[in-house]
Amino acid sequence: MNEIPGDLRFKKSHEWVRVEADGSVTIGISDHAQDLLGDIVFVELPEIGTQMSAEDEVAIVESVKAASDVYSPISGEIIEVNEVLLDNPEIINESPYHEGWFYKLQPSDSEEIDELLSPEQYGDICEE
Amino acid sequence: MSKKTDQTEALAKNYDSFARRHIGISEEISLKMLDDLGFNSMDNFIQSIVPESIYSNKDLKIDDGLSEEAALRHIKRISKENRLFKSYIGQGFYNSITPPSIQKNVFENPSWYTSYTPYQPEIAQGRLEALINYQTMVADLTGMEIANASLLDEPTAAAEAMTLAKRLSKSKSDVFLVDENCFSQTLHIIETRAKPLDIQIKVLAPKNMLDQECFGAFLQYPDTNGVINNYSYLVDGLHKKKALAVFATDLLALTLITPPGDYDADIVIGSSQRFGIPLGFGGPHAAFIATKESYKRSLPGRIVGASIDVHGKTAYRLALQTREQHIRREKATSNICTSQALLAIMAGFYAVYHGPEGLKSIALRVHKYAVTLKVMLEKNGIEIHSSSFFDTLVIHSGDKTKDFIKRAKIKKINLRIIDETSLGISMDESVSFEDLKEIIEIFCEENELIAPNETLSCISKDVRRTSDYLTHSIFNSYYSETELMRYIKKLCNKDIALNTSMIPLGSCTMKLNSASEMEPISWPEFSAIHPLAPTNQIQGYLKLINELEQMLEVITGYSVISLQPNAGSQGEYAGLLAIDAYHKQNGDNQRNICLIPRSAHGTNPASAQMVGFKVVPIECNKEGNISIKDLKEKIKLHKENLSAIMITYPSTHGVFESTVIEVCNIVHAAGGLVYIDGANLNAMVGICYPGAFGGDVSHLNLHKTFCIPHGGGGPGIGPIGVVDKLKSFIPGFHGNPNNNVGPVSGSNYGSASILPISWMYIKMMGSKGLKKATEIAILNANYVAHRLGDHYKILYKGQNGLVAHECIVDVRPFKDSANIEVEDIAKRLIDYGFHAPTMSWPVAGTLMIEPTESESKDEIDRFCDAMINIKKEIQDIENGDLDITDNMLKNAPHTAEEVSKDEWDHSYTRSRAAYPLEILKEKKFWPPIGRVNNVYGDKNLMCSCPSMEEF
Repeated sequence: MNEIPGDLRFKKSHEWVRVEADGSVTIGISDHAQDLLGDIVFVELPEIGTQMSAEDEVAIVESVKAASDVYSPISGEIIEVNEVLLDNPEIINESPYHEGWFYKLQPSDSEEIDELLSPEQYGDICEE
Repeated sequence: MSKKTDQTEALAKNYDSFARRHIGISEEISLKMLDDLGFNSMDNFIQSIVPESIYSNKDLKIDDGLSEEAALRHIKRISKENRLFKSYIGQGFYNSITPPSIQKNVFENPSWYTSYTPYQPEIAQGRLEALINYQTMVADLTGMEIANASLLDEPTAAAEAMTLAKRLSKSKSDVFLVDENCFSQTLHIIETRAKPLDIQIKVLAPKNMLDQECFGAFLQYPDTNGVINNYSYLVDGLHKKKALAVFATDLLALTLITPPGDYDADIVIGSSQRFGIPLGFGGPHAAFIATKESYKRSLPGRIVGASIDVHGKTAYRLALQTREQHIRREKATSNICTSQALLAIMAGFYAVYHGPEGLKSIALRVHKYAVTLKVMLEKNGIEIHSSSFFDTLVIHSGDKTKDFIKRAKIKKINLRIIDETSLGISMDESVSFEDLKEIIEIFCEENELIAPNETLSCISKDVRRTSDYLTHSIFNSYYSETELMRYIKKLCNKDIALNTSMIPLGSCTMKLNSASEMEPISWPEFSAIHPLAPTNQIQGYLKLINELEQMLEVITGYSVISLQPNAGSQGEYAGLLAIDAYHKQNGDNQRNICLIPRSAHGTNPASAQMVGFKVVPIECNKEGNISIKDLKEKIKLHKENLSAIMITYPSTHGVFESTVIEVCNIVHAAGGLVYIDGANLNAMVGICYPGAFGGDVSHLNLHKTFCIPHGGGGPGIGPIGVVDKLKSFIPGFHGNPNNNVGPVSGSNYGSASILPISWMYIKMMGSKGLKKATEIAILNANYVAHRLGDHYKILYKGQNGLVAHECIVDVRPFKDSANIEVEDIAKRLIDYGFHAPTMSWPVAGTLMIEPTESESKDEIDRFCDAMINIKKEIQDIENGDLDITDNMLKNAPHTAEEVSKDEWDHSYTRSRAAYPLEILKEKKFWPPIGRVNNVYGDKNLMCSCPSMEEF
């Protein structure tokens, strides 16, 4: 059973969102997603300053057997990306919720966060 | 004539019959196998599988089969209708000399031509090494960082380069600039490909390019008239506009001229044909594409990379496969699957054989003859429009043009006719001093040939090559034929091909590629014809093509066949272009939705994307068939915009879906057209006809159903068949102003020189043999499903619990029960001497098996025995008799080195590792490496020959 931390919100497409104290959000992919992908060998991250809308393709993550688009769960401006991943993409496998975060975003519509899945709802989806 | 003699003749005829050689199962054995399956006749059996609504019991309207000898005599006569002229037309196609050692040891050697694409690297190290040699050669000569393992032809490589530039460029422009002096066939293909993608093509002189906004520019270097320009300023200027510089170039010229990499080019393409590959009336030839390291993830086509195996030894493998259509589907970098592996391998060996010095001396001779020709003609008052050139001259022939052409014809020489006052001539490796004299005689009455000046060069100083190339020891070790022969043999020994054992790859149809089918393609009457030769010299080809088209029309039930697409992917593209053009002609410009079942091959959505369609997936039901409910819902949703559905028949799940007519009817009723992917046509020949039961377009894979060998990953041919209403939308010919749809391949007849293979197959099998092949292919698959069914779950079955020509074995449950995954079984099969079946396609975690009609029952049984024994090994793990982490499956495959080492610290014995079945003691294949580490390879990408220290 994959880990699903209780303090995060999720998208059906396996991204997670953590709301930080300063109002920004951190985004990554779930433990379940990294498990499905297998050994991750490559990540493409967005450029800082890009304006994203919810559902936009924001990043690419590749293992030796699959390539997946990562969709931005919410709208806003990219303010930071986790450049460590570019050289060490395996961190996503090792620590999907902590060191393996993808990017930080300044939300333009905080209501979108409320529409995301709760850990319980996401857990049910993973079960299916 | 007595009755007895009649019988003797009938017996002799039967003995001569090719079908008997092609099909591995005798009449007697087939009856026994049918009996095992519970049937008393072949007809009953087939009719239990194929839906009644599509089954046809009419005989194929194809002549009776000819014996091998008779067919060869027949095709020899046809070949003689081609007239052998010496062609100096150039334009991307040059005479070349295939070193006989490469002809015999590679081109005519089943170890190379019958092998499959190297998806299973442990049994493909030989061809992977040969391909990485090719990549290294291309990267070195072009001065680029990374090259792929070949593309289909130079013009389609140019189109791939255009879309690559579009993906990479940060410019917002949708304009792609094309050199007005590029090869005309290249421009046509670029135009065809650009149109559905809304890319604007502007054709202009390179010197005016910097005045334009664009995302990329295409430069021919040297250009179509032979001119070599220094483009460093131009590349700089393009980069300032955030545009990419794409070069089309010539590998032989690059031994003498500045490589595009030195200009900081972004993408470099071209053809490697003149590295020992015959003209072949236009193909197949391996095109190359090279780029910068940082662009590697956007590169189309297969890339061979170096990694390590489980023992830390260097191991080659296909790298970065996630770019490709089989994984990325409509988001792939291209729809391309087949490359031109066999031709790329030959070109690579050509470079290995000649080495850098040899190639340079060939290039210098070619250049020297071109210079001599220029000097001689100028001395005789003929104006030459070339100052800096490598091998191609433009001759201002003025009012004497017609006269020169006439004189050339008498000498059986083809020149390039540029217009009424100028002629072109391209020198090549095959030109001898005598040939040169003959050429000069065309133009000059006086014929006193001056001795060529060794030092005179017509390559300007600022475009001369200064950098080294091919410095790796591979290109500097095999100049003697003995050494080359042994090197080639060493590589063959590492691989499994059809001359080793059955290759049970589902969907790939690894049937026999017979020697008699292959023989004609080596004849000069087929191999030494330039694609732009005048019509009166190619009558043999036209006859053969016409006959093949007619036979394929009969077999498929379509009205018209186009043999132009030179791969299945290109056939799909051509077929969808035809559908799109048809709708547009009817004013239905909005029709852009393409329905594709989830079970479809990844190329389908990738091709649909290339013609500008929007892909809407259709779900499959739990039997693996198209969900009629979902189909109806999706059509309701998109009715006005429905363009087509792409289905595969029998389905990719290996089942004759009984609803196929219903699916076709539903789509037709909504105004859509039906594309039937012909990948599985080998299960339909002689028993049902896609053009008759609802298909509007199909592509056929001549390399599956019609015996073109797989060549380690190409060449393939993907002709399309269309119904009558679509006949004016098949791919057009180059330079034809009346085309509704542009050409899709660089030559009018695609890979023409290998068409004799399919012609021979059909002629020799005849009506009865073709049908028999289909029946036996289906019988063999059901026999496998029957034998393995007691040990494994067969995932999908059609009516009466029977499969079509292939079956899917579900091994997913072993993940939980024994920690065994599909890959472990695939690799364990290598220890048993087999190439794995198709792995994880079309269903992840399963194996798809296709035995084909060519295998004998003994060989099929040997394979089934291996699978059954592997199941026992899995049971031993489940029972705890074998360790769950240290067992023969997890550690497979086992190398000779490993098994014969003094230390052995596994929980099972050496003999269980290497000789799990008694029969292996007689015939054992030793893999050269252990299991390849894919993660290491994709993280540390290395696509050139590794240095010796790394071994």
